[in-house]
Amino acid sequence: MNTKLILNIALHLLQARLKQTIVAAVGVTFSIAMFIALVSFMNGLNDLLDGLMLNRTPHVLLYNEIKPSKIQPIFLAEDFKSKTNFVHSIKPKDIGKSIYDSQTIISVLKKDERIIDVAPKVTLPVFFNSGTIEISGIINGIDVLPEEKLFNISDYIIQGKIADLLQNNSIIIGKGLADKMLLTLGDIIKITTSKGNLASLKIVGISEIGIAEIDNTMSYTSLVTAQKILGEPTNYITDIQLKLFDITSAPAIAKEFKDKFNVDTIDYQSANSQFETGSSVRSIISYAVGFVLLIVAGFGIYNILNMMIYEKMDSIAILKATGFSGNDVKWIFISLSIIIGLVGGIFGLIFGYAFSALIDNIPFNTTSLPTITTYPINYNPMFYFIGITFALFTTIIAGLFPALKASKVDPVAIIRGK
Amino acid sequence: MEKSAILQTVGLSKYFYDPVKFKVLNEIDLSIKHGEFVSIIGKSGCGKSTLLYLLSTMDTDYEGQILIDDELMTGKTDRELAIIRNEKIGFVFQFHYLLAEYSVLKNVMLPGMKLGKYSNAELEHRAMEHLKTLDMGDQALKMTNQLSGGQKQRVAIARALINDPVLIMGDEPTGNLDKKNSDLVFDIFKKLTQVENQTLLVVTHDTDFAERTQRIITMEDGKIIS
Repeated sequence: MNTKLILNIALHLLQARLKQTIVAAVGVTFSIAMFIALVSFMNGLNDLLDGLMLNRTPHVLLYNEIKPSKIQPIFLAEDFKSKTNFVHSIKPKDIGKSIYDSQTIISVLKKDERIIDVAPKVTLPVFFNSGTIEISGIINGIDVLPEEKLFNISDYIIQGKIADLLQNNSIIIGKGLADKMLLTLGDIIKITTSKGNLASLKIVGISEIGIAEIDNTMSYTSLVTAQKILGEPTNYITDIQLKLFDITSAPAIAKEFKDKFNVDTIDYQSANSQFETGSSVRSIISYAVGFVLLIVAGFGIYNILNMMIYEKMDSIAILKATGFSGNDVKWIFISLSIIIGLVGGIFGLIFGYAFSALIDNIPFNTTSLPTITTYPINYNPMFYFIGITFALFTTIIAGLFPALKASKVDPVAIIRGK
Repeated sequence: MEKSAILQTVGLSKYFYDPVKFKVLNEIDLSIKHGEFVSIIGKSGCGKSTLLYLLSTMDTDYEGQILIDDELMTGKTDRELAIIRNEKIGFVFQFHYLLAEYSVLKNVMLPGMKLGKYSNAELEHRAMEHLKTLDMGDQALKMTNQLSGGQKQRVAIARALINDPVLIMGDEPTGNLDKKNSDLVFDIFKKLTQVENQTLLVVTHDTDFAERTQRIITMEDGKIIS
């Protein structure tokens, strides 16, 4: 088949109907641009919201849950093995919040190649004292360096530096708490632990995560300080937080460590299932809107090609009379729609990128998201690939029906009709 | 060399079905020899144009056989027939059917580009030669809508000639032209048969035109009567 000649004819037909062609291509451009802007924005937003919650959540958390022993003494007694035993009023056993042999577990985990890093933590419920008022809260004793590496907590520190936590008896408190107790940087805060231990800590920073519930109660101190307040030794760890290279393997790894280290584990997916649902619903909506826009553009192309065929009946007839087969004519019109789709699509990608960049620069200041200054955009090349593929797909389909019609034009009917 | 038949039909019949079944062409046996200048005349509705379109291979709905250049056309596919039309038949219609998107030169070249036998440069040269012999050389780069009716028809003739067809068919080629231009077209045709030994088959109702051709086929009610 003479591809070059067919393309040449298609291009000449386009030139003759330049305005209509441009309108058709603009339809494609507009829909692709909107599709890309929409999907990029939606995904940016998804990432932002996921990050808000999920980035601060470990992929796998190792801890001790308070629960009754699974095996009660009676089950071990030989005499009652074959009997059915009822035990009433079981109370949970206090095996302590501390993870047994935490230092060994941490060193094993640090060597595991699937794990990005390990951040041990001590959580202690406390009362913050302000005069006669006691405000309940939680202090997280953290290992500053891994914690920063895994959860980027410095993003949420609005005053002071995370590194100052390395000083003895220092604390970073939530903004809600600071506002409530009228505390600022450098002030001393008094705390009481649940066991009655008293301590005074110096405020070296104020954090704001954007979730009031957390900002009102959460504060950070170093692992050592937390252990000292509790009067526990340095191997006292209540939580071991892990981040994995492959987040999808979290449930399997959580199960593996549960058996291996004899601790309780929870994975990212089980802890945050509602977030996943929200993200996928938002994605589906944005894809659906994008595809609808493209289908509308497809109808536009269909219309214009149909009109062009009626206008160019004479040309089709003479092409057929002088030796172009129905197939050649079909390809002329399919090439027409491919050209419209490709040109419109490429401009769509460019404008889509421009729109995304524009949205990316619109200021978006909200007190709940201190690290965000503009609207979020996800520039995933995949969206551009999907956009151009779908543009070509719709335009080819839209061009196919008029092209088949043109290929069936009977030249005798046209020529004799004159 | 004895003149062989370029175009032959054996028992060619055609029916129209709308509104009722009607036999337009009735068992036509026809033979046209190489180098002949033949005209088909007859009253309106006698089937002369229908016959021409069957012979052109564009209409394939018939009974009987058509042979062009000793090759059987009956039963060939759309694609095969398109190639034969491209290579062996030149058309001149009542209306010029030039493509408004192309220049005169490109219009002439188009069937040649489809055939792909010559390079573009060679094709351009050949197209220019044809246009020059038709006295249209200086119009070659104009767009077709800048030409007069007679000029357009001459371009259409040049287009018909570009692939050196064995047969040129005309459906009322002078039907839209005034006397002066008709004569011009006739002279071109005449010259083609005499100088180039080209075979021509022209349907016309212009008896003046027909009388000057070598052979006249008269049709009536779907039959050849002389």
